[in-house]
Order: sequence, then structure tokens, then C-alpha cells
Amino acid sequence: MIELYILLLFMIAAAVIAVEIRDLLSAVVAVGAVGLALSVAFLVLKAPDLAITQLVVEIICLIILIRATVTRDRVAARGGAALAVGAAACAFVVLFLALARGPFAALPPFGAPLFRTAELYVEAGARGESEPNLVSTIILNWRAYDTLGEATVLFTAVIGVLALLRRHGRKGAAAEEETE
Amino acid sequence: MRPDEFGGGMTLIVKTVARLTVGLILLFGIYVILQGYASPGGGFAGGVIIALAFIHLTLAFGKDSVRWHYDRSIPRFVGRLRAPTLMSLAMLAFLAAWLAHGLVALRGGEARPYDPLVMELCHLFIGINVGAGLFTIFVALVGFPVRGEEGR
Amino acid sequence: MTVYLLCLVLFLIGVYCILVKRNLIKIIIGLAISEYAVNLFLILAGYRMRGRAPIFSGDQAVANMVDPLPQALVLTAIVIGLGSTALLITLAVRLYEKYGTFDITRIRELRG
Repeated sequence: MIELYILLLFMIAAAVIAVEIRDLLSAVVAVGAVGLALSVAFLVLKAPDLAITQLVVEIICLIILIRATVTRDRVAARGGAALAVGAAACAFVVLFLALARGPFAALPPFGAPLFRTAELYVEAGARGESEPNLVSTIILNWRAYDTLGEATVLFTAVIGVLALLRRHGRKGAAAEEETE
Repeated sequence: MRPDEFGGGMTLIVKTVARLTVGLILLFGIYVILQGYASPGGGFAGGVIIALAFIHLTLAFGKDSVRWHYDRSIPRFVGRLRAPTLMSLAMLAFLAAWLAHGLVALRGGEARPYDPLVMELCHLFIGINVGAGLFTIFVALVGFPVRGEEGR
Repeated sequence: MTVYLLCLVLFLIGVYCILVKRNLIKIIIGLAISEYAVNLFLILAGYRMRGRAPIFSGDQAVANMVDPLPQALVLTAIVIGLGSTALLITLAVRLYEKYGTFDITRIRELRG
């Protein structure tokens, strides 16, 4: 499992770079590195479906993020927050860690999942009531409500993007004239 | 008007490479959707790959050229079938398939019966939904003019 | 157990970025990082040592699969995350167009 540790350390390093670097384009590239390392980590963790999806989703995410940052006058993130905000954030992080200790103790040890609900699915699959790809069967057969909700959320997000980027809205145009 | 006369897009090298690879990417996306029952992939991943194929083309050739080709390649009677319309239709189709499947389950009793045909159709509809939706987001964001960047 | 801790550290980096940074794009990046960490955590919790991918093949006798349920849920979560990220970026682009800056403190001062 050494490769998993290497990947996680790489992800943490890339995340720190993404958070702390000034240039926004470099930050976006660093977050892309985190996402692609996550894709490889999914592969190591025996989740090939997720690896494929994460890979292509990361590419689209990068294209959109670069679109938002690069084509205009190279904005750099200037100046950190005030000292008080940073201290408060650190305090929150420490508090979170302290509160997370209980749940951590209750977790099953790494490598031995609970496997309670999934057992039903695997048994049904062994009886032949499943496609070969168990993940696909779960999202479309056993958990179809989730998938319906997911498709609806994506649909709503696209409608939201279209509504936000609409240029000649009736009210929007009036409001813009008012302010200018 | 020949497609090369449209402005925008990148250099000739990028255009040629895009022309050569876009069919393969599209084919791979369709393969991932249709093989989702047996191998890793399925509607979500395949839909994103299809959206990426169109994004690839749009980045290389510019929006107008892609729109021109797209309008020429679909039958006349369909009319102006743009990505948002396609996404709405796919969403409705997925809802219909889902409802039909659910009604079968209600009649049948306890567990939702496993139905390969419905699941394959659901993969297809989800793929179209995700692909058209993401391509819509991309086009909306790229086509949006921003400050200090006139005439793009 | 160390793996869980590293994953938590990744999540906290994202949370720190959301709380402290003033740039809208940086905040979106922080959200993305913490989302990655949560997805990874769910998959880690379902991993079985020396298990195999949840895909049935010819040798059905061997069934030491990893837990497929978190994988199915995370699969939908990844795509939803992309949709929400796109929506956030759209909002940021709109704000930039109106105020000419990504800095939330200056947007607050400019108000109206």
C-alpha cells in the first residue's frame, strides 16, 4: 500500500501549493494535479469506474477554471487575510481535529469494510440478478432514486449557469442601466 | 461559405490533430456508455467523454465553425437541435424510463426487478444528459464576453 | 489508520483555504480540494485489503470484492461536484464582470 501513501502525500503537497501560490493560473494547475492524483488513487483502491469519471471530470473542471482565470488580465491573489481570521481558522481546524477523534476511533480499520448493505447486492449479483459491473447495477437498479436526483441536480446546475450568463434579461438590462 | 473561412480557432497543426482525433474520442465515449454494463464506465463517464470531444472541436476550430457543421449534419426536419434542448429531452427520457421501471416494480411487488434493457437505456439517456449539459456549460462560459476582451 | 489521517489533513487544507482566502477563485479551489478529500475518504472506508474491483467475471467463486456501495454514491457525487463547481465559477465570472475584481472584501465595499 506504499503507493497510496505516496499519492496522498503528493496530493497534500499539491493542495498546499494550490492554496498558497499567488498566481491564480498556477493554483488552478496545482488543483488539477490533485484531481489527477486522486484519479490514480481511485485506480489503486480498485475503483476503476471512479478513476475514469474523475479523470474526465477533472479535465472539464480545469478547462472551465482556466477559462475563468487566464483570458483576462492575469489576476493574482494579493494579500492573505487578516491575522485574526487566520488565527480563527486555525482554531477551527484544531477544534475540528479534536471533535474528529471520536468518530475516528469508531471507524473500522483500514482494509476491512463493514460490507453490510453491499452484501445483499453481491449476493443478488451472484444469483445472476445483476449486470457484470456491480457499481452500474447499484446506481441504476438498487439506488435509482439517487441517480434520478443526481441527473436533476446536474440539469438544474446547467439551467442555473444559462440563467446567470444570460445577457439580455428583461430585469437584468434594466438594473444595469440603472447602475451605470 | 467554407468552414475554414470562419474566424477563431487555433493554428493549422492543432486543427489537423483535432480533426484526426475527435472521431476516436467520440467513438470511445459511445463505447464507454454502451459497455457500461460490463466494464468500468457507464453513462456518467461516457457522457463526459462525449462532451470533451465536442469541447476539443470547439477549442480547435472556434464556435461558429462547429455550429455550422453541426447544423449541416443533423436532418432538416429536426430543426435547430441545440445542446440545451437535447439535454432537456434526455432528462425527460431518463425520467420516463425511470418511471416505467418504477411502475413495473410497483406492480411486481417487493424488490425492483433487474431489467437489462431499461438499464442500458438509462445509461444512454444519462450519457446524453451529462454530455449535452456539460457542453452547454462550456459554450455558455466561453461565449460570455468579459471585460477588456472585446471582439472575441 | 494513517491513511485516514492524511485524508483528513487534505480536507482541512481545503477548509483552511475556504476560511482564510479572499479571492473567489481560491475559495472555489478550496471547495474542490475538500470535495476530493471527502470522496477519497468514502472510497478508503470501503476498501478491502487485497480485494478486487466490483465487477463480476468468470471466476465467481472468489468474491472478496471491495465495497461497491460507496463507489456508486461517490460516482454520482463527482458529477454533482462538477455541476456545482461550474455554477460557482459562473457566479465568480459574473461578479468579476460587474465589479472588476475577484476579491470578496473589495466586492463587499463596492456594494451596489
